[in-house]
Amino acid sequence: MAIENPQPERVNYLNKEYGIGSWLLTTDHKRIALLYLISITFFFFIGGFFALLIRLELLTPTGDLVQADTYNKLFTMHGQVMVFFFLIPSIPAVLGNFLVPMMIGAKDLAFPRINLLSWYIYVIGGVMMLHCMATGGVDTGWTFYTPFSTAFSNTKVIEAGLAIFVAGFSSILTGLNFIVTIHRMRAPGMTWTRLPLFIWAHYATSIIQILGTPVIAITLVLVVAERALHLGIFDPKLGGDPLLFQHLFWFYSHPAVYIMILPSMGVVTEIIACFSRKRIFGYSFVALSSIAIAVFGFLVWAHHMFVAGISVYAALVFSLLSYAVAVPSAVKVFNWTATLYKGSIHYDAPMLYAFGFLGLFTIGGLTGLFLAALGVNMHVHDTYFVIAHFHYIMVGGAVMGYLGGMHFWWPKISGKLYPEGWARLAALIVFIGFNLTFFPQFILGYVGMPRRYYQYPPEFQVLNVLSTAGATILGVGYLLPMIYFLWSMRYGQPAPDNPWNAAGLEWKTASPPPTFNFDEEPVVTWEAYNYDELDAPHKEEVPVAG
Amino acid sequence: MFDNFPLWPQRASTMAGNVDALYIFLLIVSGMMILLIFTAVIFFSARFRHRRGVPAEQIEGSTPLELIWSVIPFVVFMVIFLWGAIVYFKGRTPPRDATEVYVVAKQWMWKLEHAEGQREINELHVPVDRDVKLIMTSQDVIHSFFVPAFRMKQDVLPGRYTVAWFRATKPGSYHLFCTQYCGTQHSGMIGNVIVMEPAQYEAWMSGGVTGPLSATGEKIFAELGCATCHRSDSQGRGPNLQGVFGRPVDLADGRTVTADENYLRECILDPGAKRVKGFQPIMPTFQGLVSEEQVNALVAYVKSLSPAGKSGAAPGPAVAVPVRAAGRAVSKGSQVQ
Amino acid sequence: MPDSSLIHGEVQNPALLHHFAEPQQQRDAASLGMWIFLGTEVMFFGGLFCAYLIYRLKYFGDFAAASQTLNAALGAANTVVLICSSLTVVLAVWAAQHARRTMLLGSLVLTIILGFAFLGIKADEYQEKFELHHVPGASFQFQKSIPGHPDQMANPQHAQIYFALYFIMTGLHAVHMIVGIGIFIWLLYSAWRGRFTPDYYTPMEIGGLYWHFVDIIWIYLFPLLYLIDLHK
Repeated sequence: MAIENPQPERVNYLNKEYGIGSWLLTTDHKRIALLYLISITFFFFIGGFFALLIRLELLTPTGDLVQADTYNKLFTMHGQVMVFFFLIPSIPAVLGNFLVPMMIGAKDLAFPRINLLSWYIYVIGGVMMLHCMATGGVDTGWTFYTPFSTAFSNTKVIEAGLAIFVAGFSSILTGLNFIVTIHRMRAPGMTWTRLPLFIWAHYATSIIQILGTPVIAITLVLVVAERALHLGIFDPKLGGDPLLFQHLFWFYSHPAVYIMILPSMGVVTEIIACFSRKRIFGYSFVALSSIAIAVFGFLVWAHHMFVAGISVYAALVFSLLSYAVAVPSAVKVFNWTATLYKGSIHYDAPMLYAFGFLGLFTIGGLTGLFLAALGVNMHVHDTYFVIAHFHYIMVGGAVMGYLGGMHFWWPKISGKLYPEGWARLAALIVFIGFNLTFFPQFILGYVGMPRRYYQYPPEFQVLNVLSTAGATILGVGYLLPMIYFLWSMRYGQPAPDNPWNAAGLEWKTASPPPTFNFDEEPVVTWEAYNYDELDAPHKEEVPVAG
Repeated sequence: MFDNFPLWPQRASTMAGNVDALYIFLLIVSGMMILLIFTAVIFFSARFRHRRGVPAEQIEGSTPLELIWSVIPFVVFMVIFLWGAIVYFKGRTPPRDATEVYVVAKQWMWKLEHAEGQREINELHVPVDRDVKLIMTSQDVIHSFFVPAFRMKQDVLPGRYTVAWFRATKPGSYHLFCTQYCGTQHSGMIGNVIVMEPAQYEAWMSGGVTGPLSATGEKIFAELGCATCHRSDSQGRGPNLQGVFGRPVDLADGRTVTADENYLRECILDPGAKRVKGFQPIMPTFQGLVSEEQVNALVAYVKSLSPAGKSGAAPGPAVAVPVRAAGRAVSKGSQVQ
Repeated sequence: MPDSSLIHGEVQNPALLHHFAEPQQQRDAASLGMWIFLGTEVMFFGGLFCAYLIYRLKYFGDFAAASQTLNAALGAANTVVLICSSLTVVLAVWAAQHARRTMLLGSLVLTIILGFAFLGIKADEYQEKFELHHVPGASFQFQKSIPGHPDQMANPQHAQIYFALYFIMTGLHAVHMIVGIGIFIWLLYSAWRGRFTPDYYTPMEIGGLYWHFVDIIWIYLFPLLYLIDLHK
């Protein structure tokens, strides 16, 4: 299909300058977003490859594909790569970087050079991680529990720890940049209550990033120091306490899961509003829920430790608080559902991903209630039930939101339209593949299959085979967007400025946008999600893309 | 259920029914919630699909609705929380007079020693309908003792004791898994809990025994010279250990602690940490000089010097709680088979 | 890069970056950014303080014994050095704000000298610890009684935990000092080049904030590490 290009191409952030230098030394937040897009996609496929090997090994009850040590490295590196090098950056560093300045009417983030620095820091951490993986890998589990990681593992714990330490600073700087930008760079008239909920979600995420990430940084420093110098901070044989490590680790790693889900919730809010053609139901409640999740998220870390040896009373407190943090998430689900009521709903691919999110996040979130229940936790902790729970949230939730957002904003980012038919098919394949992969794992967990097992009793095989079958389908579902997004960059239809007739300042400028986002600084005099104005009868309805 | 395709674990302990009841309640609540949300989403997206000339209706929100769907879930969550807390409390509070088994976990096997002296590796024989309390420690890294059929799990830590208990209700052989990642053979660190009828258990017990654990401990106590200072006539340079287990102890630094298994263990391995009031800090440490099994034996011996220790009635290490009286547990939803 | 803020023919401060509408916005952003960064530093050190607190409560006597092998006089001297350096920083920022070049350069130089003095005293302390075999690791040795209990020897393992935390905490602090000195050398160079005016001295201000923060961390470290049970 030839590109129809009757007009000379406008100058935009993509074609303004060519050459590798103009990309590697850019301070344009949009280009930096694309640099991140390439890097995190790369790590996604590495993490995905490890997952594939894991699921292949688990087809049979005996360990026959890889050796035990190799398997232990596979699940460790799958977790580390997916958490630290894919999920944590994903939406904030790609969609957040691209959209936050545009959504608030600014020319760039507050600190463009720090933005570029954060990408380089991420890349350095990534290279360290790759080197670690290529020269032997690490087998401690992504959770690095002591004293195994500090005194018993024979793998490259120090290198992996340092790689993640470095990558953490990328996350901190991104969060810092977003907070200052949202506070200080809003266009005239863009008050806090006129902000898109995507911005509220990223604001909440950034709070967690700046307060939580330094704690895992120092924890990793202590682990590295202990391992290198044979200290006894976490080793009982030397007077230390292994539970101290767990507390310090989970103090970050629990809020970290909210770093992974909040941005996705922000994306889903934008999509549902646009494809229902109405303002989100309960705007202030959704905004406040994001903040509440960020705050409460810091108070629940020891729900990962109910059977770790903490006191019964401590467990009671953390269980109670875990139920408190579930309420704002539930509120959001209800608000999204209520938004559909009396809407005017379109089923384009972004919306299909949003529907997928609603279903899968609901299931994942409900299973969180199971885990927070002390009596059930005793049984399902450290089993496949937990694995299913967090994959429902992180993959069924966060990744679905990420893909939905990539589809929604792809015309803005690339100036091209993706092929809608293929996109809807991919959404469906991902949804089916996902459920087949992870739903059997809830059952596996309750019947007692522990985590991190590469061989298992034969009666668990059928459920494992179902799960692997699903994983293959899921993999296809992820490959498809890679292929057609790339295809669209060359052969896709040129996108109009606002193919979805969506609300939001980012849609008021060209697709792709000029380097400084707006030809003239916007002055905002309308509320967010002004779909009534956008769809007002006198306006010719702009056909929806696809 | 199906042998090759289990959808539910067997129930073989008194706690299993309790846990399952809560789980089923959660399944029902979740099922209802999923039904509600999925129905609403599917119905709304069909009923309100885009139709030319029919605009969306801009609805700002509804504070009463927000309150309703915050408060009602919260109330439901509190019910779940309380129920879960009750089950957990019970699961983590060993009954008085439970039979004790000492467990030492190491990479990558389970070593068990009954109070009566039988030693087992990767297998635990217990009689049906008897409370069994596991006093566990690790020689190296963190492990976790998990028996799905009993719905019982407890991490096993190096450097201290953790405690778990169960009362098996059905004879049979049940999976024992290590469920805290511990290195290369983590998935090989498995075994069986074999629940036997009382008569069979007696028969098994009498085959090849070295004597009760406390007797082994008494021997070690003498061999290591502990008796020189810890005399039972209170003339020694160390505290008299008769009757000390299970009772409060005044420490030199002003605190008062209960002499439980962890305290006894700490005194052997780090005597200065919680020195008893009125005694000089002259006890040497035995860290590195005794194995975990020997520590277990010594602890069992000192316990046997107390009426409280004879049937293992001290409170669990992590909590100073009154312990339930022995007897058949009849609780909400339990199914004793 | 074409600067759209010049479109309307205004004269602008050369230090104003293109994406800001006006200097005040740029100043506010820089200031907020530095405060947030210091917040992350509080959390970073916070993990260490938390570990220290827990072990100090658990092994109080051993920690007191270990602490008393530190030279409290040198620690106090370092505290005075840092407080003075914070004073010189305040003076430098004031001087920049009021275009007092000599005072500005002088204060910056003094700050840097005091920074080096701190590091020098620290190096001396570390040297002494090395000689006494108090550095955690294979050659660690510790024989000392618990203060107030001359008949009870401190547990060397617990003392080693103290020293591990001591070195990591003061070491991390020293790293921050080195970075701070680096920043101030750069500020000195910029000041010498005349980059700061009463209208634009933001780097001085946020550099100063950083320096004060490093000072405050030390003010917590000193009593926590050096002054345990000194009266015993």
